[in-house]
Parts: sequence; structure tokens; C-alpha cells
Amino acid sequence: MSAGRLSRVVFGVYLTLFFVYLFAPLLVMSAATFNTSRFPTVIPWQGFTLSWFVELWRDGAMWRSVRVSIVVAFFVVLVAVPVGTAAALVLTSVHERARGVLYGFMVSPLLTPGVVVGIATLILWRQVGVGGGIFLIILAQSSFIACYVMLMVAARLQRFDRTQEEAALGLGASKFMVFRRVLLPFLRPALIAAAFLAVLQSFENYNTTLFVRGLDTPLTIFIASKVRTGLTPAVNALALAMIALTVLGALAYEIFRHRQKARATAG
Amino acid sequence: MSRSVQLDRVGMTFGTTRAVSDVTFTVEDGEFFSILGPSGCGKTTLLRIVAGFLRPTEGTVLIGGRDMAGLAPNRRPTAMIFQSLALFPLMSVRENIAFGLEARGVGKAERSRKADELLDVVALGGFGDRKPGELSGGQRQRVAIARALAVEPDVLLLDEPLSALDLKLRQHMRAELRALQKRTGVTFIYITHDQGEALAMSDRVAVMSAGVVEQIGAPQDLYANPQTPFVAGFVGETNRIAGRVAALAGGIATVDTGLGPMRGRAGPGLAEGQAVKLYVRPEALTPGTGGENSLAARVERVDFEGAFALAHGRLADGEEMIASIPATRLADAPGIGTEAAFHFDTDHAVVLADA
Amino acid sequence: MRDLVQRFGGSLTTVFVALVLLWMVGMVLAPNLLMIDYALRPNLPPAQIGGPNDHYSLANFTYLAGEATHRAIFFKTIWASAIVTFVTLVVCYPLAFWLAQRATPAQAGLAILGLVIPFWINEVLRTLAWYILLAFRGPLNAVLLALGLISEPVRWAGDGGVLAAMTYAYILFMLFPIYNSMESLEAAQIEAARDLGAKSWRIHWRVVIPHAKAGIATGCVFTFMLAAGSYIAPSLLGSPGSRWFTEIIYNWFFEGGDWNRGAAYALVLLVLCLAVVLATLKLARVNLADVTK
Repeated sequence: MSAGRLSRVVFGVYLTLFFVYLFAPLLVMSAATFNTSRFPTVIPWQGFTLSWFVELWRDGAMWRSVRVSIVVAFFVVLVAVPVGTAAALVLTSVHERARGVLYGFMVSPLLTPGVVVGIATLILWRQVGVGGGIFLIILAQSSFIACYVMLMVAARLQRFDRTQEEAALGLGASKFMVFRRVLLPFLRPALIAAAFLAVLQSFENYNTTLFVRGLDTPLTIFIASKVRTGLTPAVNALALAMIALTVLGALAYEIFRHRQKARATAG
Repeated sequence: MSRSVQLDRVGMTFGTTRAVSDVTFTVEDGEFFSILGPSGCGKTTLLRIVAGFLRPTEGTVLIGGRDMAGLAPNRRPTAMIFQSLALFPLMSVRENIAFGLEARGVGKAERSRKADELLDVVALGGFGDRKPGELSGGQRQRVAIARALAVEPDVLLLDEPLSALDLKLRQHMRAELRALQKRTGVTFIYITHDQGEALAMSDRVAVMSAGVVEQIGAPQDLYANPQTPFVAGFVGETNRIAGRVAALAGGIATVDTGLGPMRGRAGPGLAEGQAVKLYVRPEALTPGTGGENSLAARVERVDFEGAFALAHGRLADGEEMIASIPATRLADAPGIGTEAAFHFDTDHAVVLADA
Repeated sequence: MRDLVQRFGGSLTTVFVALVLLWMVGMVLAPNLLMIDYALRPNLPPAQIGGPNDHYSLANFTYLAGEATHRAIFFKTIWASAIVTFVTLVVCYPLAFWLAQRATPAQAGLAILGLVIPFWINEVLRTLAWYILLAFRGPLNAVLLALGLISEPVRWAGDGGVLAAMTYAYILFMLFPIYNSMESLEAAQIEAARDLGAKSWRIHWRVVIPHAKAGIATGCVFTFMLAAGSYIAPSLLGSPGSRWFTEIIYNWFFEGGDWNRGAAYALVLLVLCLAVVLATLKLARVNLADVTK
């Protein structure tokens, strides 16, 4: 019995350390936002302040980078969601034999290091005289974010009952109407989820963006550059804001998915 | 002619598999026509050819006298009810029913008016705003029917639509389908592997096996006059007694069997000396001696089924035998373990050449 | 193609196929092919491009092989990524097992929520958090000093910091595949093994690990790939002695101004990652479709 208790204690310690490891950095980073110290830290505690939020608010460069990130994310959704959806539809409709090869091609961007995705895009577009910038960031990010969309849509398509398409055709619907009224509504939850994921992926991408950004500075690049040019708790304030936003977004996403699931089981 | 369906030498080959071969028949305007056969016999393939989901490798399909070749499903005057029903789960019941009208460009107000009308026809008034997922199996069934009827098809194609329902509901829906068909006058082509269903509802039934139509006829006709061993075995229960044709005269064949000579109505294409089987329905076997043909069997068990009892016996040649005894005559039933005599009329037996 | 037209009709098929081609050819194939082309050509001033000196050679690759520092950084990146992968595996395995086999649904749900929240937050912020935590005058040193565990502040920046932050960053990529594959293991199998007298480690070695093989392989593949291709952690937390191969590539592009050599280096990184992915999958007999679930 004592061996069992020992192993339980050891496991308890492991579990505690694991979650401390998981949360300590984030807690320290968040807490440091409210410390007056010029360098973001919690020890020594020099007094509570909200001034770093004010400083962040007044940082024009930060707002410009937020704008860049929003523009990029918007267009990434616009490119990656249709492309990924089309890819999933093509993949699930083609003949069994072609599917394996096509699938390999379509997931290959996920198996490519992010820096390489950026580099390859940068090189291609230099040939036609287009340098780094928002345009290339959108293309490079979409090229692999489309894979996620494809996987999510394909997963949902697997649960689609294709006799519904036949039923619609049999009732006189055109193929376009079948797509718009039957298949697309069925895919809607997956498309929303995929768009959400695409925004998140786009916002947090660093490796690929680094190579194709040119003179534009999306948010992640801005944060990383702050570390070199002078880190103040204003960056922590930004981090905290982003954490709050992502956690809220993540919660909304989970609730959305939960509802979808509940509806699916009810139906 | 307007709502008839004519199949002329229709054949379908998938790769090396022959799914349907040389099918020719005509379904009359306003007829309830069933295609009966075991799973894998090609009946669903045939239905999908009529609907236009499959292009036959040979032959032609005419609906209302018009050749359907090259016509996509959405351009044919047919509507199909699927085994899975294939209701659109995200649309309301009303939208489901109105879908075909939407496809035809009918205005929104007119669509919902028509849908509500059809909901009344299938006794689902007031259910228009529900989602299919919120309905019971029988209600979903009716939505599928209403959805198909909404487009006013000339021909309704039904692919085992009752197979997902429980027995009681299935029997109820049979009557409802039959009544609906009579009321609307639409031609029905109904696919099933359930002979009870086919016999109960249809004007005529085509029995299919291995891609070939074995026989077409009215239900009573199929039951009383099977033309092939497959039909004799598949439609209803039957007893088989093997033998050779000893004599043929006046449509009656005398067969030398291991149990002695027996007589029955001669099937098509018989010749003296041919290996045949004599087919006798369980209810044609009456306990006791007498009559034109008699045989003896050791009774192994008697299963009481309510309206009748089934006596399972073994004949002298080792074959099994089943006799059905009406509940009102239960006193005549032989005791278990006894050697009992049974007899049947020549008119109630059919002699068919072995396949 | 016929299947597509039959399902969606001509115009939708055209749109879908066009989109897929745009993506696969325009955004994936063409850039990568051109990168290979670049890697095989010398870096020339514009005037000489297309001239007699502009011919294919392996010079950019032999340069990497001959440059001692770069070569060392390349192998060090592989080695360090392997260590990151191994450490992540060791850290995640017990938790995955507990989640899949021991935890009650409520415990598992709570733990997964706790795991997922930090990972909705992006990698740069997570690395920044480590940067702050590990700073020379930062909280970790302060705590350790106060506890008397160290007598003067430690410089965590360098290999240690990079390892800590990368392991942290890739925990979920390791944990979830393993957890998923362990979930399908019947508890009865473990009980049967225990009933037959097997010790814990033997149960894991003979029953649990073989069952979870696909998940473990998937987790390792992703972790290794992400680690080898990582940029932010080494650049924020590294020291001059812990440079990463991606940093060398970056320098060729934006400081050395030799894109051809940079492309060659990037290609080497790509081939390395693909080779590791394919070899691991082959060894573990897992196919691609299982990995990308």
C-alpha cells in the first residue's frame, strides 16, 4: 500500500510542477504589467500602477501594427477559407486512388517549417518585382492556413450524407442550388470555426511573417522588436490585453462548438 | 401513356460486375408497381437508372413516352424517396417540402402555401416550423413523401422507405401509402425486399434476382402461379418435393417423386423425364388422408402462431415439410412425434423445371 | 475530375479546381521550386544574371559543409531539437497517461481546459513571458536567491532558456496526440497485464507504449519540426553561443544579402524536417492521414 501512496505523492508533485510551469510565466508576465518598475518584473515590487496601459494606449506604432494585423487576418480569411474549402471538396470528391497523393500535397505546407514557407514566397515574388509587405504576408500565411481549413472542412464533410444531394437533385434543384442550399449550410459550422482559427493563426504567426513582412510590422513582429528596442511593461499591458482577447475568443469558440455539438446530437 | 414508365432492354455493368441485365417492362399510368428482390439483386440500381442518378450501359428508359437518355435527375418528371429519407436536417419541415418548388422558381408565399397544403395531406398540419430532427420516424416518413409530392411528379420512386420503421408503424404506413397513391393517381415504383410489403400494396410486382426480372404479375398471380423456382421460393413459404416428369397432359404434370407419384399444374417449358420440383404452399397441405395427392411426414414440432399453427415435419426422403393449420382447425393438428398423413389438391401445386 | 463535374456541375468545378490550383501551384509548388532554383545558383549582381557565370552548381551547399561555424550550428540545431523533443515527451507522457486512463471525466476536463488556455495565447507572448521570468534581474533569480538556493543571479539566457521555452511552447503538440491514442486503450488490458504480474514499467513498455505508438510518433514529429524551424525562442532567449540555424538563414537574407545561399540553407532545413518526419512515420508505421487528424 505504501508504494501506491508514494507513487501517488510523486504524481501529485509532478502534476503541481507541471501546472506551475504552465502558468507561472503567464502570471508573472501579467502581474508585471501593474508594477511601476521600468523593466517588467514582479520582484522587487515597486508599487501598483495602471500607467503602462496609458502608455500603451498612446503608442502610435502599436496601433499601426494592430491595424496591419487586422488587415492581414481579414484577407487571410478571405483567401484561406475558400481555398481550403475548395480543396476539401475536391479531395472528398475525387477518385480513391488520386486522393492519397492529393492529400499528401495538400498537407505538405503543414510539414514545412514556417520560415521556409516565408522564404519561398519571398523568392517567388521577387521574380516579378514584388517585395515583402502586407500582400506577401497574406499569401504566405494563407498558403499553410488553408491546410487547417481543408482539414476542418474535410472532417465535417465525412459526416455528410450524400443522398441529401441526390434528394435535392431529384427534386429538381440545379447543382449550384444543391451546393448553396444543402452542402454549404451543412458546412457552415466548420467554415465559421475555420475562419476563427485562421484569424488566430494569422494573428499569432511569427516565423513565416518575419521573412515576408518587408517594412510592414504586424503585432507579433512589433512585440518581438520591442524586446530589443526597450522592453517596458507597456508590452506586458499589450500581452495582457491580447491574452484577455484570446481567452474570450477561445471561450466564445468553445461555446459555439459546444452548441453545435448539442444541436447535432439533438438532430 | 402520360405517366407510364417503359424500360426497354435496360442493362447496367459496373466494371466487371453485371448489376442489371436485359430488363424490359412497362409500368402503366397510375399503377402501384413494386420491384421485389433480395438485397444485391439490382433493384436499387434499376430505380436509380429510372431516377437518372445512373446512366444505363444499355437500353432505354421512357417516361410518358419520352426518352430519358442524357436527362439529369433534376430534369426528369420523377421524384425519389430514399431509404434514409435524406431530409435536409438544417431546413424546417416547411422548407424541406418547399425545396422542389424553390428549385422551380416558385415565389416564397406560394411555396409555403403549397407546403402547408401538403402538410395537411400527410396529416402533419402545424409541424411546418419543426426541424426534421424533432420528428418521430413516422412523421419524418410523411415529410419525405410530402416533399416528393410537392413537385407534382408523374412518377414517384420509393427505395425501401419503410425499412427503418418498426413493424406496427410499417403496417400502418403501408395502408397510408396505398391510399395516397390512389388519391393522387401518381405512378409509384416501389423497391422492397419485403414480400409482405410488395404483396399488400402493389397492383403488380416484378420479382428480381441476380440482375434479371424473373416474373411480373399481380400479387395473387405471383403467389399462386410462380413461373420460376426463385419466385416460388422467394414469394411466400413453400415446400419442395424433387422428382422427374413422368407424364404431361392437359396442363397437369405427373411427377415421380421419392414419395410416390404426385400431380401438379405444369410450369413453363416442361418435358417428360425432366428433373423438376413440385412446389406446395404450407396452407395447401391439409392433415389427413384423401384428396388427390397424399404424403406422410414425421411431425417434429408444432408452432402456434395465433391465426394458424405451423407443423414442421420430415418427409420420408429426409426433406423438411411445413404445413399451416388454421387456428379454427387446430383439433386436426397431428401430435408431435407421430407419423401423420397430409394431402393436397393438384390445383394447389406447381411443377417447375430445376434451374 | 469527372467525379467532380458530376457532383458540382461545370461552373462550380471550375471555381474549385481554379482555387486549388492557385493554392497548390501558385502558393506552394512554384515558390518551393523557385527556392530550389535559387539555391542552385550563385549570388550575382543584377548585371551578371543570365550571363556566363549564372549556372547551376552545388556551391551554396558545399559552402555550408565547409563553413565550420554554420555546420556546427546546423548539427547543434538538430541535436538541440532532438533534446527538446525528448524532454517534451518525458514531461507529457505521464500527464497524457493520467488524462487518458486515470483521471475522472471532471478532472480531465478541468486539466484540459488548464492546458488549452495558455496555448490559445500566441508563441511570441509565451516566449516573452519566459524572457521576463528568466531575466538576469528577473523573478526566478530573485526567488532562488531569496530561498538561498543560489548565491548570485544565474544567466539563464542560452541553451537552458531556449530549452525551457521551447518545451513550454510545444507541450500541446506532444500531449494531445499521445492522449488521443491512449484514450482508445482499454483499461482492461492494463488490468490484465497487472493481473499477470507485470510491474508498472513493464506495463508501459509492453502495453501502453505500443498502443500509443502512433500518437507518440505524431507528437515527436511535430515537436521536432517546430523546434528545428523555431526562430522566436532562440532569438529572444538565446545567447551568442546558442544560435539556431534559422537565425543563420535570416542573416543571409536580411544582413548578408545573399538570398541564394539563404535559399540553400532553407532548403537544407526543409529536407531535414521532411526526412525526419518521413523516417519517423516509417519507423512507427504511421501514415500521414493519422498524423494530421
